[in-house]
Amino acid sequence: MRTLIFRTAAPYLSSLMLLFSVFVLLRGHNEPGGGFIGGLIAVSAFAILGIAHGVPAVRRAMYFHPMAVSGFGLLLSALSGLLSFVYEVPFLTGIWTSVHLLGMEVDLSTVMFFDIGVYLVVVGSITSIALALEEREDN
Amino acid sequence: MAALAAPLLTRVLKHNAAWVLALAPLWIFLHFAGMLETVAGGNSVSGGFDWIASLGVRFSWYVDGLSLTFALLISGIGTLIVLYSGGYLKGHEQQGRFFSFILLFMGAMQGLVLADSFLMLFVFWELTSIASFLLIGFDHRREASRRAALQALVVTGLGGLALLAGLLVVAMATGANELSTLLASGEALRSSPLYTAAFVLLLGGAFTKSAQFPFHFWLPNAMEAPTPVSAYLHSATMVKAGVYLLMRFNPVMGDTAAWETVLPLFGGVTLLVGTLLAVRQSDLKLMLAYTTVASLGLLVMLTGFGSEVAVEAAVLYLIAHSMFKGALFMVAGLIDHETGTRNIASLSGLRRAMPITFTAGLLAALSMGGLPLFFGFLAKEEIYAALAGTDMWAVAATLVAVVGNALMFAIAFAVGLKPFIGPLGDAPRKAHEGPLLLWLGPLVLAVCGLAAGLFSPFAHHLFSSPMASAVAGEPVAVEISTIPHLGLPLALSVLTVLLGIAAYLGQTGLRAAMASLVRTIGWGPDRGFDQSIKALVRLSVAVTRIVQSGRLDIYLTATFIAVALSILVPMVAFDELPAMPQVTEFWFYELTVVAIAVIGLGAVVYARNRLTAIVSLGIQGFAVALLFMLLGAPDLSFTQFMVETLSVVILALVMTRLRLAVSEHRPLGQKALDVTVSAACGLAFGLLLLKVTQLPFDDTLSRFFEVNAKVIAHGRNIVNVIIVDFRGLDTLGEIAVVMIAGLAILALIRIRAKDGAQAVSKQTERAQ
Repeated sequence: MRTLIFRTAAPYLSSLMLLFSVFVLLRGHNEPGGGFIGGLIAVSAFAILGIAHGVPAVRRAMYFHPMAVSGFGLLLSALSGLLSFVYEVPFLTGIWTSVHLLGMEVDLSTVMFFDIGVYLVVVGSITSIALALEEREDN
Repeated sequence: MAALAAPLLTRVLKHNAAWVLALAPLWIFLHFAGMLETVAGGNSVSGGFDWIASLGVRFSWYVDGLSLTFALLISGIGTLIVLYSGGYLKGHEQQGRFFSFILLFMGAMQGLVLADSFLMLFVFWELTSIASFLLIGFDHRREASRRAALQALVVTGLGGLALLAGLLVVAMATGANELSTLLASGEALRSSPLYTAAFVLLLGGAFTKSAQFPFHFWLPNAMEAPTPVSAYLHSATMVKAGVYLLMRFNPVMGDTAAWETVLPLFGGVTLLVGTLLAVRQSDLKLMLAYTTVASLGLLVMLTGFGSEVAVEAAVLYLIAHSMFKGALFMVAGLIDHETGTRNIASLSGLRRAMPITFTAGLLAALSMGGLPLFFGFLAKEEIYAALAGTDMWAVAATLVAVVGNALMFAIAFAVGLKPFIGPLGDAPRKAHEGPLLLWLGPLVLAVCGLAAGLFSPFAHHLFSSPMASAVAGEPVAVEISTIPHLGLPLALSVLTVLLGIAAYLGQTGLRAAMASLVRTIGWGPDRGFDQSIKALVRLSVAVTRIVQSGRLDIYLTATFIAVALSILVPMVAFDELPAMPQVTEFWFYELTVVAIAVIGLGAVVYARNRLTAIVSLGIQGFAVALLFMLLGAPDLSFTQFMVETLSVVILALVMTRLRLAVSEHRPLGQKALDVTVSAACGLAFGLLLLKVTQLPFDDTLSRFFEVNAKVIAHGRNIVNVIIVDFRGLDTLGEIAVVMIAGLAILALIRIRAKDGAQAVSKQTERAQ
């Protein structure tokens, strides 16, 4: 599997896929996409990188342990739901705000952070499984 | 609350913390003592507040003569016990924990006797079992304590379940779920068809808790606990919870043939067995433990006897027993503490060294023996007055009571007198009087036994009469006094005392005779308990072996068969098969995609190689994803694409890791079975989906989401809005599951990796 072409192309392909996964994640609210799908795309990206360059390379690239990423995602989702308590509305009620950024109006919401949390959980959990499975290959 | 503060206080104050902690039960005692006058007047105090209003569960209490006397006994003896344990466990590193447990128990026991609602009664009942478990197993480094603790928990826990079931049955039969309403319901329970069920279940609870034969074995084993625990839980209070239950239900359940046969029968047998086994023992605590079993039997017998006098006798004996048995246990513990042994053979001549202990022990023994002037005497007179009669039943009961009481008399003096008189024995340690904390408890209790006897009218007015009235369900006045009246009861008492003295003098011979008798029987419920636990373990191992074979293919086959059956059987049975769908015109590209899927499936079936099969499965998956796309579900198809990709990748990885043979060799029969199961599953799901699409479609929800997605949640993608907003909590749960599953799989892989590596290295070793 580790042909020269594949190994050369893999990092670019993975980066593009990661970028695309973030794009899919963020547009999810209005167009097809969202945390689950984005997360799965990102996992595929890591899987490709892992097949091409081996697990250690992926772990270096991810920097954090994938399970820690997953845990952080869950925490983020829960916290974004908890924010609603500050405004005395039920748990997980979406709160929206608009900020002006570089001359554009950007809508920010707790729902978005919730979706990012979902994304991170999917990425972290499934990547860690895939990596653990691939790792044995190398031994 | 005091239980929480206990460890902290003990760390600061060492054993002197007992003085402070004892204030808690003392305060409770005084609080309830303040109610005495009200209750003595025939009233009851009750109150409470809603706990779970929707279920009709109230946190309520009900205080009448019965519960008040119990509450006073619990808190009064509790105060003394806390002081006593302060001295007994002086310097023990975990004394704080001990205080905490014992106060926890005290709270639970108070709750038990004061509870009005059934649920509270049950909860506190279980709490006392748990507290007892913790206290018996307090010395958790010893195998024997652990076993005894577990045994007590299992036996009383089973009884607790019986009690719960019994209370539910009672609630069903009468519609009452509080004791006060139940007591007011009169004949409702007795005439109910559920009476027998409720009766058996409640007895199950009461008999296990109060150690009635044949469940008596846990109580002597529970003597592994530190002595304060034995004195408090296993003689004065907790074991009486069963008697309390019987007394509580006497007004509504008693007075029936079943009640008046079963209770005296079990009580009488327990009394005899208890005393006979007590005589056999040479350990002070064990002797007392078996007499406790016997006394509980006597109480059950009296409660079940049905007459008013018997109820009075039971009440008197219960109060007397709590006082003298608590005192004697503490005396036994004190002797053990000071001399280092509890063996009666090596104890004698301690009267000079331990004069105060001697006084307490003697006073308690006199009360237990039932000699005039003591409260125990009143109890005994009343017992004989209640039992004496001419019919068979009464004569038998009287005989049992005389023998039992005579043997208890002997035991009382063996514990309270024998260690103190005669020449000095060969105890391991040189005895001297214990500290104030240790002798205060037994002395106070023993003196109370005398005082209550001397001022009996006063005691009757405050305790016995209200309590007896509560048990009998109608006003009763207890009038017996310590001045002996000539008559049958007195004659029986004298007979008892004479027999008791004879037994005391001949105790060594009796002990040997009983020991040989028990040896010849050989098997007892205690052994039976071990055997049944072992049998249970073996049974569960066998069941596990059958159900959990550890072979994935069997699990999967079973699951799929269950799925297919659960869909197909109801469909056929209720004639809900879908109608044949109308064939509409297909577009060319739709047909093409379907064809691709079918080809993929064919490739899976005919693939020789596992990897090929997995990849071919992927073809089918992608074809389905395409179909979703064509039919207007981009989100779904997107996800399907990614899931297919990843599952192919992960399956391929797993397959290569498993080191299976590249091609598969299944026997023909196995193949036929697998084909049948998969075809059945496919058919079932196909039919189910057809049926679902043919049913009228309720589009309330989808219209709601369509309308509100943009308005409420500011999103145009309805699927995503549902996931992150409308059903946000579901999603949160799902991602938590994803993460936990991930962790579990990771752990599995790690374990397997290690095992696999070891197996491989072993194989290579063998090969070499």
